[in-house]
Amino acid sequence: MRPAPRGSGPSEPAARTAEEASLHQELQETWSRDPGLRGWLASNDHKDIGRRFIVTALIFFVLGGLLAFLMRLQLAHPNGTVLGPDLYNQIFTMHGTTMMFLFAIPVMEAVGIYLVPLMVGTRAIAFPRLASFSYWIFLFGGVALYTFFFLNIGPDAGWFMYTPLSGPEFSPGKRVDIWSQLINFTEISALSASIELIVTTFKLRAPGMSINRIPLLVWAMLVTSFMVVFAMPSVMTASLFLTTDRLVGTHFYNAAEGGDPLLWQHVFWFFAHPEVYIIFVPATGFVSSILPAFTRRPVFGYTALVLSLIATVFIGFGLWVHHMFATGIPQLGASFFTAATMMIAIPSGIQVFCWIASIWSGNLRLRTPMLFVLGFLFLFVLGGLSGVMQASVPLDLQVHDTYFVVAHFHYVLIGGAVFPLFGALYFWFPKVTGRMPGEKMGKLSFALMFVGFNLTFFPMHVLGLEGMPRRVYTYLPETGWAGENLLATIGAITLATGFLVTLVNAWWSIRHGAPAGENPWDADTLEWTTPSPPPAYNFLHVPVVDSREPGWTRTSASPIVTGVRSDCREVLLTSLDAEPDSLMELPNPSIWPMVTAMAAGTTFVLACFTPWAVPIGTVLGGIGLIGWAWPKSEDDECEPPRVEDMSEQEKKEGAPRVRL
Amino acid sequence: MSASPILRAAVIAACSAAVSCTGSHHMLDGAGEHARRVAELWWLMFGVLAVVYVLVCAAIVAAVVRGRRSPADLRMVAASPAQERRMIITVSATVAATAVILFAFLVATYSTSDALSSLARTPADVTIKITGQQWWWDVEYQDPVPSNTVTTANLMHIPVGRTVQLILVSADVIHSFWVPNLAGKKDLIPGHQNTMWLKAERTGRFEGLCGEFCGLQHANMRLTVVVQSEQDYQAWLQSQRLAAAEPSGDLERRGREVFVRGPCVMCHSIRGTDAAGFVAPDLTHVASRPRIGSTVPNTREHLLRWVRDSQEIKPGNRMPPLALSHEDLDAVVAYLETLK
Repeated sequence: MRPAPRGSGPSEPAARTAEEASLHQELQETWSRDPGLRGWLASNDHKDIGRRFIVTALIFFVLGGLLAFLMRLQLAHPNGTVLGPDLYNQIFTMHGTTMMFLFAIPVMEAVGIYLVPLMVGTRAIAFPRLASFSYWIFLFGGVALYTFFFLNIGPDAGWFMYTPLSGPEFSPGKRVDIWSQLINFTEISALSASIELIVTTFKLRAPGMSINRIPLLVWAMLVTSFMVVFAMPSVMTASLFLTTDRLVGTHFYNAAEGGDPLLWQHVFWFFAHPEVYIIFVPATGFVSSILPAFTRRPVFGYTALVLSLIATVFIGFGLWVHHMFATGIPQLGASFFTAATMMIAIPSGIQVFCWIASIWSGNLRLRTPMLFVLGFLFLFVLGGLSGVMQASVPLDLQVHDTYFVVAHFHYVLIGGAVFPLFGALYFWFPKVTGRMPGEKMGKLSFALMFVGFNLTFFPMHVLGLEGMPRRVYTYLPETGWAGENLLATIGAITLATGFLVTLVNAWWSIRHGAPAGENPWDADTLEWTTPSPPPAYNFLHVPVVDSREPGWTRTSASPIVTGVRSDCREVLLTSLDAEPDSLMELPNPSIWPMVTAMAAGTTFVLACFTPWAVPIGTVLGGIGLIGWAWPKSEDDECEPPRVEDMSEQEKKEGAPRVRL
Repeated sequence: MSASPILRAAVIAACSAAVSCTGSHHMLDGAGEHARRVAELWWLMFGVLAVVYVLVCAAIVAAVVRGRRSPADLRMVAASPAQERRMIITVSATVAATAVILFAFLVATYSTSDALSSLARTPADVTIKITGQQWWWDVEYQDPVPSNTVTTANLMHIPVGRTVQLILVSADVIHSFWVPNLAGKKDLIPGHQNTMWLKAERTGRFEGLCGEFCGLQHANMRLTVVVQSEQDYQAWLQSQRLAAAEPSGDLERRGREVFVRGPCVMCHSIRGTDAAGFVAPDLTHVASRPRIGSTVPNTREHLLRWVRDSQEIKPGNRMPPLALSHEDLDAVVAYLETLK
């Protein structure tokens, strides 16, 4: 379907008819959160939760970045004296843990929580109280981890926590317990967010948004959520075993008692390799969403892109052993993982080539989000190619656990995920805040980040070849690593400045940015057909989707759904083919998910110190869940539809129906 | 196979200049069969991928230039079906080319792996058992005659051109044995025994490092590898087989007394004396080693500081500070310096 040519510029919301004004009024009353602090805490609006989630994850990103900066200061010169080995080990562990568990996964889920319901054209996320719960879990987990870190009980055995170094014998004290308990805890957040996103995508799509019309970002979030559902239980099992080894006296990882330290590596990497794709796949969704607006054409190769995403998921689960080539894996087994690792370059290649083809055949506008996409292409391809090298067992045995690997995965994670994320922040900033981000500062930020990033991480390839291992708190002057390290530190300052410019830009633009209007970039997905910021109820009329680019094809005369009640929190459920299926009432806002999250957090932290945590937690959690599931009072109950208000047609067919 | 001999020469020249005072640790400066073959594989992949990267970047730039042909025009573009078809063909062709390159890499990888594993099928001339400890390497030369077994720490001499078999075990946590100039890594894992093979192709001094994070002093877990001619190697091995020499001076004799009567013997051993601790490095020939605590050069001043309070040099290491009097300290250091 070819989009019709359209002018640019912010599209003003069409003047409302009196009927629409009263509908707006009613929906606003139904869907708004209650006023005051209690209302704020209880909110289960996916936009509130998404915003909080994104801001919290970005705060953790800043904290993780500061830790990285401290490490760069320590390593700027040989025999550095900024940090001692104990503090350095805590800091690099916290850096990895923060960036992986408290920034990268949550921020991707957060963007999904905010955007997916809007993109599929529904009024709310599935299981809104669970969404609220997942945010509070994430917040409490992150805050607790940092609290212990500031109390000098920060984990210090690396974010990968290899046993037996992380076991009871070689890491006495509470540091590792804190890590394994809080990581377990925080993963609940990602798991529940994934379930919400899967169900939202499968059941809450607007009528007409059949499988072949689902926006690519929603596809990306869907496959990511499936990866989370299959990968997270693995790391939870691993860290549960670690916890019982440490606290209860089991011997899962203790070789002396018939356990095996390698078990940890298998179970951990079975999660931690897919995790890379859990971070990267949503980023490809951002790229595919940003491109159409700035190339003035639908992204090239929709089907190929979707199939690549799905292929990535499947292959992504078959790569974990490439983190373990040096452990003495039999050669035949290693060969299989070499082939699988190389194979994943094919779906990634397909995506990159499709994006380049979109730019080639499009009408390019180089606004800030698009610059981040171009930066992403240059950096991600380089990171991908160095990844292909590491698929080769003999080569990997040399570069494994050196700065070459540090360079590689920062190219794919910062280049491949953080650059698209920043593009996405600029791209959806007007939708979320209603104001345009500053363009000049945006471009400045991009330039600083791109130059700073390469200055920081490119020299690390060379350091790796020169034999510099990872996770060293210092190095000797005679190693000859000083020059590249100093360069990397200078690059880190530039990179940090680039991040800072975006923060300042966001702060300034929220206050002084030009009003954005519904669709300032003239983008193609559904969230751009509702005002910015979106009202609590998302869409005045639930849309009926008739193309892959509803943002370009919908007009005021386009079909909408009628019969979904506006006086209670009712959403339309659709089938896999996006045929209207049934109506469902969603729960009201509630403070109980937060209370339950607090109870769970207390239990997990307490469990590091005393087995009494189990009975105490059972009681606290029980109270939380009872409050959560408490039935609505009669007054809150959604009244059944009054028959006299229905038209003859509605009486016959029942709501909802599609008004064409 | 050398994709860019000039770059290669430049890289190697730069790194050998930088590390002339200690052993080299550049993985592309192969001094062993394993490292040399990997370096060849590296240059093959690097050359091909560098070309690929340049081509992809050129395609991105070309796409941006072409996409910018009318930047003021914000209308939608509708590619003609013919153009769309051409793009499908181009993208498919590049994907096919990607698959072909990956397959070639796969073949190259398997053939390199196969060549390397052939080393494992040749009988070993020297067998050395390496035990990883927090944070040093215990190096034990195996010999059918038990009294000929030689134990050193953080130092390994091997003969050039001979097949050396390494048996890798760990006494505590996971470490990874890595001498970049000779071969890739192999982990030392508690409860597992790994084996690797080395075949050095030129003499020289090379640096070994721990490749797996192993705790506080992972950064200072080094190993010096000296590759020698067969003759020199045998001479070295003979000298290491000897028990510690009888000290000649009074000071040194007093030092030995302090050593065997003091706390040192709890952990260390010196063959030829009563000291037979086994949790810390064997010191029988400590003076012949290039570094102390695998950290600082083996000089009298460093040795003095190390014995007094090694935590100053290598914070967190397992050796406690010793409360020795000045005289005792001088005597012990003087004695240790005789252990060539």
